[in-house]
This record gives sequence, C-alpha cells and structure tokens, in this order.
Amino acid sequence: MFDDPNIIAGLEIGTSKICVVVGELGPDGVPNIIGIGQSRSRGVRKGEIVNPEQVEEDLRSALSVAEEMANVEIRSVYLGVSGGHIRGFNNRGVHTVVSADREITEDDVQDVIKNAKAINLPADNSVIHAVRQHFFVDGQDGVTNPAGMLGQRLEVDMHVIHGHVNRLQNAIRLVRGTQLEVDEIVFNGVASSLAVLTGDQKELGALVIDIGGGTTEFVVYSDGAIRHTGVLAVAGDHVSNDLAYGLKVPLSRAEKLKLEHGAAVVDPAAKNQTITITNELGLALNSINAEHLQRIMSLRLEEVFLLIAEELERAGLTDYLRAGVFLCGGSSRAPGIVALAENVFQMNVVPGKATAISGLTAALDQPEFATAIGLVKYGSLKKRQRVKRGAFMNTDAIKGMLSKILQRS
Amino acid sequence: METENLGSIAETFSPSMPAVKIFGVGNAGGVLLGALATPEFAGASFGAINTDAAALEAAPGTVKIHLENKLLRGLGSGGDPDRCRALAEEQFSTLKSACAGAEVVFIIAGLGGGAGSGISSVLARAAREAGALVLAFVSQPFECEGNRREQQAQGALEQLKAAADGVICLPNQRIFKLIDENTSVLDTFRVTGGFLVEGVRGVWQLISRPGLIQVHFADLCALLRDSHTESAFAFVEAAGPSRSREAVEKILAHPLFDDGRALVESDAVLVSLKAGRDLTMAEVNRVMEQIQRQCAHAKIIMGAAIDPEFKNRLCVTVFASKENEVAKPGPTRPETGALPIPASTRRSVMTDPGGRKRPVIKKAVQGQLPLTIVAKGRFDKSEPTLHRGEDLDVPTFIRRGLALN
Repeated sequence: MFDDPNIIAGLEIGTSKICVVVGELGPDGVPNIIGIGQSRSRGVRKGEIVNPEQVEEDLRSALSVAEEMANVEIRSVYLGVSGGHIRGFNNRGVHTVVSADREITEDDVQDVIKNAKAINLPADNSVIHAVRQHFFVDGQDGVTNPAGMLGQRLEVDMHVIHGHVNRLQNAIRLVRGTQLEVDEIVFNGVASSLAVLTGDQKELGALVIDIGGGTTEFVVYSDGAIRHTGVLAVAGDHVSNDLAYGLKVPLSRAEKLKLEHGAAVVDPAAKNQTITITNELGLALNSINAEHLQRIMSLRLEEVFLLIAEELERAGLTDYLRAGVFLCGGSSRAPGIVALAENVFQMNVVPGKATAISGLTAALDQPEFATAIGLVKYGSLKKRQRVKRGAFMNTDAIKGMLSKILQRS
Repeated sequence: METENLGSIAETFSPSMPAVKIFGVGNAGGVLLGALATPEFAGASFGAINTDAAALEAAPGTVKIHLENKLLRGLGSGGDPDRCRALAEEQFSTLKSACAGAEVVFIIAGLGGGAGSGISSVLARAAREAGALVLAFVSQPFECEGNRREQQAQGALEQLKAAADGVICLPNQRIFKLIDENTSVLDTFRVTGGFLVEGVRGVWQLISRPGLIQVHFADLCALLRDSHTESAFAFVEAAGPSRSREAVEKILAHPLFDDGRALVESDAVLVSLKAGRDLTMAEVNRVMEQIQRQCAHAKIIMGAAIDPEFKNRLCVTVFASKENEVAKPGPTRPETGALPIPASTRRSVMTDPGGRKRPVIKKAVQGQLPLTIVAKGRFDKSEPTLHRGEDLDVPTFIRRGLALN
C-alpha cells in the first residue's frame, strides 16, 4: 500500500548502529511496532556524522531490513539527532493580555510562547524543541491551559533544546539524499524518554539516561514536563577505547572483551582471574586480568553518572526524581550498571523498557531500541494531534500543540 | 662587623671590599671579560669558561676552564645549550672549586648560543653552593639572530633566574633605539658589550669604591640574596652645569627602561652615581628625588662615588627590579657564617617588568604538558569532549591515576 498515513517510521543514526523502527497507527491512534531494521554504523563518531557515504550505505541496508519485516514502503521518517553540540535550557516568556474583558485567548497563548522562544541563541544555532512547562496567570502557578481564563499578565516557562544548525542539517540532508522525507527532527533523549516513561512517572519526576555508543543523553521530567536535558559525548565507545588503551589490545578486541566479560561494577569473583585471548585458530595470544577490565569500565561508567548527577545537583533537580532513574541505550546492558547507578544517584534505578508502546515484544525489551521506538511514539502523538485538530487549526497552532503533547502524554 | 669576616681574605681590594670573581662564559663572555680587565677592576679575579678552545685561549683571565669531551673535539658546542649544560654538570665540582673563596661572583654571558646559555645557570648554582652571592649580567640576542637563539636565550634566562641571586639582563634589540642607523655590525656589538660592561662597573662601584654615600656589601646581599630576580638597567652620562637634571631626564626616557615604565613597576631600585670631586649634595639629592618620585613603592639603595678623573661629568647607573612572582627556591646555600641575613630583609628584588619581554604574538592553543600525552585512540581526530577543562576522551583510569599492574 502506498502512502499509508498510518505508517510511522523512526530513524536513529547512532554511533554504533543505525536503527529504523516502523510503527502502524491503530484505529485508536495507538502505535503498534511492526518492523525493525538495524545495521552497524561505521561513519558516526560521538553521535555526529563524520563519513556521509558510509552512513548512507548503512542506512540503506537498515531501511531495507525494516521495510521487508514490516512489509511497507517507508516514505518519511522522524529523525533522531544527538551530539555534544545540543544544549537545553529553561526560559520564561511574558505577555500582557490587552483585550478589554481580560479573557486570555488562544492568540495570547501563542504570543507568550513566541516570546519565550525569542532567546539569544548563538547565530549558528537553531531550536530543536521548545517545550512548554507551565503557565502563570497573574503569578498563579501551575496553570496548564490558560485559554479562557481571566488574567492580565500571562507568563510561560519553556524548555528550549537547541543545536548547531549545520550539524543538524548534515543528518537531514543525508536522509533526504536517500529519497526519504524527514517529518521532523527529534532530540534522541526526548525520544527515549517518550518510549520509557509512562505518564505517571513523568508526573512523579524521573531521570532518563540513554547511554549509547557515542553519546549519553539525559532528560529530567518533573510535574509532567521536561525540566532539563543534556548530552555528554561520552558513552560505550569510550569504554572500549579505555579498555584498548589500558589492556593494550586492539579496539575490535576491546569491544569484544567488553561485551563478553565487561561489568559496570567490579565483581569480587573477578579478582586474580585472567581471561585468555585466542586468535582465530584458537591459539592463546596473551591473557588479561579480568579485574582490570572491570575496573577500567566501572570507572568510566561511574564518571558518566557522576557528571550527570553533578549537573542535576547544580540545577537543583535531584530531589524531584521521585520515580527514580531509568536507564536505556546499548551500554545499559552492562552487568551491574543498575547497582552502579544506584550507588551514584542514591535512588531507585530501573533498567528502562519501552513500556509506553505495544508491538513486537522482542524489540520492546531491548534497551538500545528505546530511541527509535520513542521516535515512532513521538510521530504517533504528532499525527493524532493533527487528525484531531488539523481540520480547524493552522500549522503554527499545530506546532504550538507539540509541547503540550510532550507534557500530557 | 663585616670587615672582621672579610678582612682575612687576601684578595680584597679594601678592607670593606668583598672577594669578587668575575667569570666570562662562552665567546661573548670571553670578549667582555677582555673589556673588563682594566686596572679599575684590580681587586677582582677573572675566570673564563668556554667549550671552544681557541676562543678560550684569546680570553683574558687567571682561571681558564675548558669544558670538553670527546664529542666536541675542542670545536665548541655548535650552539647546543643542552649539550653544554650536560658538560657543565659533569664538571660541576671543578666549577664549584673555581668559585671557592669568592663572596660575590659575577657571571657575564651572551645568551642564545651554546656555552653562554648552557653553562651559566650551572655555574650560578655551583657558585651559590660555594657560598657566593651570584649576579649574572647577560645579553639577549637580536631578533634578527633567529627564533632558535631567542628561544634558547629565553629558556636560559629562566634557568639562570632560578639559579642566580640576581640577573641583570640586556635585551640587545632595545639597543637599536640607542644607536645610529649607520652603525656597523662590529660597532653595534661593541656598544651592546659596552652596556653590559657598564652594568658590571655600576655594581662594582657600589661595592668597591669609597664614596660620599657608601653601599655596604651587606646591603646588597640583603637585597639580592635568594631573591632570584631579574632587572633592567640603564646607564647615562651628562655634563655641564645642569647635568643632574639632564641625567634624570635621560634615565626616565631610556629605552631599556621602556620609557620609564620599568621604574614605575619596580620593587627595588639601585642607583649608583659617579662624578668628579665637584659633585654636590644638591645634585645627588635632585637625582634621587626624581627617581624616588617615579618609583614610590620601591626600596631604593643608592651609592655615590667620586672619581677624580670625572671632571664636570656625572654618570648615573640605575638598576630597576621587580619582584619575581615565580621565584623558585634555588640550591640551599651552606651557612658560611660570613653574613647572616635576617629573614625579614630577604626580599625579592630584580625583575624587569616590561623592559625585557618582547611582544610575542601567541595563538590561543590549549596547553598540554609534555609528560601527559595519552593516545586517545579512536578519538584522536575527533573534536575533544571537554568538561570543565578535563578532556573526557582520555581514559578515566588515567585521569584518576589508577595504577594497573
């Protein structure tokens, strides 16, 4: 079937893998995952494209696998973006209601949001998301929808995520080069959190950490809205690199050792244990101390958590995370990572599963697909909104709804 | 007082005169030593140190130390200060014994080459260990002599500052402002050499010549000892009835003082006046008053001396020094008991603020210590992930200093 409006595809161009997830919108607007395609990624470092040709080749193979599995043709994708250049911050917009009867109209709401977005970004940066947090009407806190209320002074808190425009464009151009349309770009951390968190957890307050291959994204929700986002260009690749350096083995071997013997906390049983490395013929090459392997890995992962904990502490958000910490991304498969994170954050840590969506259970259980699944979810929310409101709203209003979607769902 | 301690030394020129040894290091040092070997410096003993046998032969001096090994074959060091430094370290005991018995050691050298840059700092250390107060008089190369010499000179100056009590530095490039454009190369070097000689003479006069206002050797020690400073100096001469005013004007506008800036920023100033018998107290007063006004924060030491040969002329030598912010502790000096210096008077003295440094255009580059080069593996060529000045691409266990055995 051509151009099925119910088909939504999410594309994540990651550092270790390129992943395409296809979802089908049910009659009730709930997406169901029907296909997944992935391939090794060779042209990406730290979440950013460094070799477009290679990426294009890998992307085509991932796409074909996904199309075959879902038995659909993918025309457009929601594209996940990441990289150390992406930053998030909170901003407040103010608007004075001028109408005679002091009733806040939809236009006033759009104006205050526009004011909140009018921020001093560096010249070559552009906004990826501007997420509404809360409205204030004459200083009254916690208003979620002020339209129709009476008031004089309308304020809104927004969380703005922005990135370097050229680097974002690189990914978009590349995808367009494969005859795919890009519906929208989505920050990977936002996508992961959509897949992992339920509405209750967003309301309670939660931290989602997506530790991938090249980058670690983290998103903090509290009172149902995004409070904080960030990217650290440190993740699984760094673990492999540390191991290669510390154990004096080639990078490919370090990668393999990480997967087979790695752990995020040093296992007491690993003390004085050695791992023998063999070549392809089964001959022993040299042996490696298992404790060292785990210690190097543990230090790196601990550092990532510490940096995030430090940043949240600075932002004063640590006490709002009542639902705990959710881990996803490929590196969150490391044994013992939950214990390590619990130790650093001193709170409940849950290995994240894409529970907020239905479909292939095999895919939903895998933490590394959280971003791509989240992209589908994002797309579905977007489409649902469009179907509901599209008949009588212009496109600007739709964009304005976007933040609301994130907040409510 | 100090005469009791010093009187026993045979070589002293006058009872209050400390034993002085003047060393010329390297080719430039040897040549300048020749210029110093005049009756005026009769009380001092001279020594020459070089790696080049031929140049050493030509230099005057009672003590000649030829630093040599098979590698050099008597041909000099080829402008390599590291080689000379190694050589000097090898002969450390020889240098130390050559300095034995001296209370003050002057080191005269031209920085930038091999011997001058390499040996001077080692000699300074040896002399300090032998118990002497070490003052180095050095010149820095002209800019046209090239980058390498400039860098070597800069490095040597730092080392010398750490090793010697005081370094008096003459940037040759500044001399250009003082000489005529048509001056020949030979004359230029003679002029720069002359300046250095004047510097030595200025200090020498302070401590050797009985004057109207005597500077005791103890004062100099109190000011300089263990201070590791560097200073700029200027030397002016004036004649005629308004000579004192003229001299002050010349000092304040002197290019070696960066048009007087060095004086304003200085922490200690040494003034040595010399004139004929007609020197009046009013003249001394006028000069000192002006200098004091310029450097309000500085500790000023002055001396005035009479030279019968100076008729109608007034000669003023000024050393301006700034406290050295990065004074490193040098080798500890064995207690000679000769001149106990109260700790309170041990002040840092001589660094020239703007006087020495040339404007160097620097690019903003992230500095990296040569010790900590860690291969970043696959992240070598990607943009570094910096977090509060820490490069997160470097393995964590290395940054945390974890030892794997």
